[in-house]
Amino acid sequence: MTAINHHTSDALLAAYASGNLAQPFALVVAAHVSMCIECRAALLAHQTVGGAVMEAGAQAACSGGLKASILDRLDDEPAPEITYARSSIFPSPVMAALKGKPPRWKSLGMGVRQSILSADDTGSVRLLYIPAGRAMPDHSHSGMELTLVLQGSFSDETGRFGVGDVEVAFDDLEHTPTANVGPACICLAAADAPLRFTSLIPRMLQPIFRI
Amino acid sequence: MHTDLINLKDVGRAYAPPRKDMHPVEPSAEMNQQTVWMLAVRDGRDRAAFGALFDFFGPRLKGFIMRSGTNGAQAEDIVQDVMLTVWRKAHLFDPHRAQVSAWIYQIARNRQIDVIRKERRPVPEELKLPETDEIDASQILAVEQDAAQLKAALAKLTPDQRAIIEQAYLGELTHQEISAQSGLPLGTVKSRIRLGLERLRHDLKGLREQ
Repeated sequence: MTAINHHTSDALLAAYASGNLAQPFALVVAAHVSMCIECRAALLAHQTVGGAVMEAGAQAACSGGLKASILDRLDDEPAPEITYARSSIFPSPVMAALKGKPPRWKSLGMGVRQSILSADDTGSVRLLYIPAGRAMPDHSHSGMELTLVLQGSFSDETGRFGVGDVEVAFDDLEHTPTANVGPACICLAAADAPLRFTSLIPRMLQPIFRI
Repeated sequence: MHTDLINLKDVGRAYAPPRKDMHPVEPSAEMNQQTVWMLAVRDGRDRAAFGALFDFFGPRLKGFIMRSGTNGAQAEDIVQDVMLTVWRKAHLFDPHRAQVSAWIYQIARNRQIDVIRKERRPVPEELKLPETDEIDASQILAVEQDAAQLKAALAKLTPDQRAIIEQAYLGELTHQEISAQSGLPLGTVKSRIRLGLERLRHDLKGLREQ
């Protein structure tokens, strides 16, 4: 296992623990925590604070029958729960987002491919496949962008990102992630607004590819 | 710092090789009551202990859930779901890593968000535990001592700081708002990270050696 050098932030982990992170970002954080024991330990710390806040907070009496009703149901067969195991480079939360199926890649040209996992008004999350030496189409974003490397590595104006590293980029960063020599770079990328391409042709393609 | 010295000593003790004479459940008198109940539920499927957990956490959960704007009836539905999850997923509770309240907090937040958004929250992969059900009381006590120090630190915050922490962990602040809170004592949180990290490294090492 190579060392992970780029982590999520405490603010993101606290927002994730408290449930106040949009689904696309929550997926990247859950995937990164699956790969990074430092952030797993940090998340545990945030959960401990959450537990302390809950324990010390105001109590509300439960109605009389609640306890008996819960105790009565202990032997009920719980509804079957579908779980997705890690598969090759994809940690289990990514497999869950893929519903257990392989990614459905769509070409973006120049060997670059994407597989959109979800996209709506609140944001989007996708897998990107970038062959060695190729760049992501030049883009800027209107909010935050989280990019987690699952295979290979990329470099951009801010540094080098290998497997498990996550880049947290804000709208002031106009960057050109380029896959390094080696296996194709596969990333999980979430943005809270559609990416804006800075060159004309991808901009025309944007409505078609929803990138 | 004094507190760091205490923790380092505990970490050292926690990494002594597991002793052969350890018994699966050996709740120590010093162990906090919720941990003792939770271990009885996990290892003994003890309904009385589960009832005691409900008596302790039920009203706290309901109060916590209602604070984020859920009405009483729906809050009780969520309390029921959370407590049934505690019973059914008790095997995932690991007192060497987390306090009962931390574990239940995350179950409660996940459930409440799933109910509100009507979608499943992405959750991290479960870390495979080493194949042992041995209880290392000193490690559990270290985790509890850590949490007790954290609670003491929270109690010492100014009312403003405490209000911000509460809002953050009740899910009322976005990550941008949390980052913008320069007065938020995240250092308190960060000082706790090291012990958990050591434990995870220890467990992973144990897995590789199997």
